[in-house]
Amino acid sequence: MPILKEVSGYIYPNEIELHWGILIVVYPYLTGLVAGAFILASLVKIFNVREVQATYRMALLTALAFLIVSPLPLLTHLGHPEKSFEIFLTPNTKSAMAMFGFVYAWYLMAVLLLEIWFDYRRDIILWEKKESGIKKWFHKLITLFSSDASEQSLTFDRKAIKLITIIGIPSAFLLHGYVGFIFGSIKANPWWSSVLMPIVFLFSAIVSGIALVLLIYMVVTPMRGKEIDMACLNKLASYLFYVMIIDFSLEALDFIHRIYESEESIHILSELVMGKLFVSLIVIQLLIGMIVPLLAIAGVKLFKAPDELRKQVYFLSALLVQVGIFSTRWNVVIGGQLFSKSFSGLTAYKMTFLGLEGLLMSLFLLLLPFIILYVLFRVLPPWEEMREAQ
Amino acid sequence: MKYKVKESSKKLPDRRTFIQTLGSSCVLLLVPKFLFARENKKGAAWTYSNGYAPSEHYYGMGIDISKCIGCGRCANACKLENDVPREPFFFRTWVERYRIFEDGEVAIDSPNGAADGFKPGSAPEKNLVRNFFVPKICNQCDKPPCVQVCPVGATFKTPDGVVLVDSQYCIGCRYCIQACPYGARYLHPEKRVADKCTFCYHRIVKEKLPACVEVCPTQARIFGELEKKASPLVRFMRMNKISVLKPSLNTEPKVYYANFDMEVR
Repeated sequence: MPILKEVSGYIYPNEIELHWGILIVVYPYLTGLVAGAFILASLVKIFNVREVQATYRMALLTALAFLIVSPLPLLTHLGHPEKSFEIFLTPNTKSAMAMFGFVYAWYLMAVLLLEIWFDYRRDIILWEKKESGIKKWFHKLITLFSSDASEQSLTFDRKAIKLITIIGIPSAFLLHGYVGFIFGSIKANPWWSSVLMPIVFLFSAIVSGIALVLLIYMVVTPMRGKEIDMACLNKLASYLFYVMIIDFSLEALDFIHRIYESEESIHILSELVMGKLFVSLIVIQLLIGMIVPLLAIAGVKLFKAPDELRKQVYFLSALLVQVGIFSTRWNVVIGGQLFSKSFSGLTAYKMTFLGLEGLLMSLFLLLLPFIILYVLFRVLPPWEEMREAQ
Repeated sequence: MKYKVKESSKKLPDRRTFIQTLGSSCVLLLVPKFLFARENKKGAAWTYSNGYAPSEHYYGMGIDISKCIGCGRCANACKLENDVPREPFFFRTWVERYRIFEDGEVAIDSPNGAADGFKPGSAPEKNLVRNFFVPKICNQCDKPPCVQVCPVGATFKTPDGVVLVDSQYCIGCRYCIQACPYGARYLHPEKRVADKCTFCYHRIVKEKLPACVEVCPTQARIFGELEKKASPLVRFMRMNKISVLKPSLNTEPKVYYANFDMEVR
């Protein structure tokens, strides 16, 4: 067995192969983007930040596109995906994982779809009046055949959006905090078992979501032949910067706490961090994914860099942040399985390329939200100029 | 303006109708629960056709480390009895060897779960202070984390205290494998469901011993009743100083070790 060469120390015989592979890395990454993008949209709505208004609808659609894909890695990872509906029919109420379907459905149905619907309702009614053929009927269908665009109904829409946003923020926290809880509640695994896990997950989610919307905004706007609004971009970068500071502090707190407590697992965990996870944790997650973008954004803001330079720095920083957050997920999911629960040995992860749980499938699942997003942009254009004049 | 809003609200259903509709929709949501209702496995007072009543028993296992010679017959018998895949990395029970050297170094190994026995270690034996074998098995916890996390309730505790997996129900999410602190579970490579030691449930309901207990040449394993004073297991626990694995996790294992060493993990 070639994998045995990679094993060091003593690990329980059933532990040589990892049980959760790259798909389970992709899953919290995707859900994190959903929660992050939605929270950005909510900031716009609740605090009425004018500058980032342009990204409000974009963020909502991004959240939707990623939410649609987020259960797929879980489903493909199951040994028996055809039995997955059992989670809904006879859930074990004591299991955190059984709640996924309900949290997901709540978030999709009661938050995202409703908010998007209320926000777009008036515009779709007006678009549909000018259109013909399939597009007209399609838009008619998604307004659910409502055609009331009176001032009164619009007032109701606005109130509804406000209410949904207020419910939506804790829901977004729930969605990703919940994903963190899945890991944080496993007492058998000292790398995961931490009350901070849901909170760290949440803030890293917000970081990745803001960075993603920034990236999409910066790519899509020139493609549409429009000018990038610097005020909007600056504001997005500021948000990104502040949330990264919080995220960084939380991760540092978690790290210091573990070292200070020095539980029996400390030896194997430090061996893990300094060995198999050194590149992905210290170099990619911490240095490239966190410290470099933080310094870069702080630098351009401090030295009042010209717009062109700022754009490049923001873009690269947001890209690095994505790489960093992905490796955060990697280090949690894969890292937590590399050491044995005997605390005296390390194993290795062998990723396959093909197959349901392989690299190709993961790449497809990471690409799929962008395809969905493209379709959503076509059907529900989020651009400011498409908003029909009041 | 205010007046206008009031007028139009008449078009909407009144509060009573709204609440009624809401109520009946909520009731409709419960329909699948009745349509797809399944037999409740927990706490049932069933008996088998041979008269065996699970609720009348409560099982555990005692393991005397000083008696284990590391022959690995238990690991083999288990694989044969329970169709555990022969290739490495899949075990319902295995044996670990601990070698403690003069300088305090601890070498632990379990080549192929001890199914092929142990070969003399490559480390210079002259420094060896202690050498012993520890059979491992599912601890059949009284508070099993695997049962807690299973999203569909496929893994469950029987009235006689054995944790089982319903392979018809298991969706293969592997959350239980992550939750088990003892590495006692694995994913069956062909069935794609979680699998683990059942105390040979198919044998014990016929009042036979688990396969690993039956083949053990030194009687290092003692299987039996925990709540019957006259049982050999209770006597074993009374006569020896007993330890369990990872007691701090509060899983309350029902596999009890005698002559346990602090190096065992």
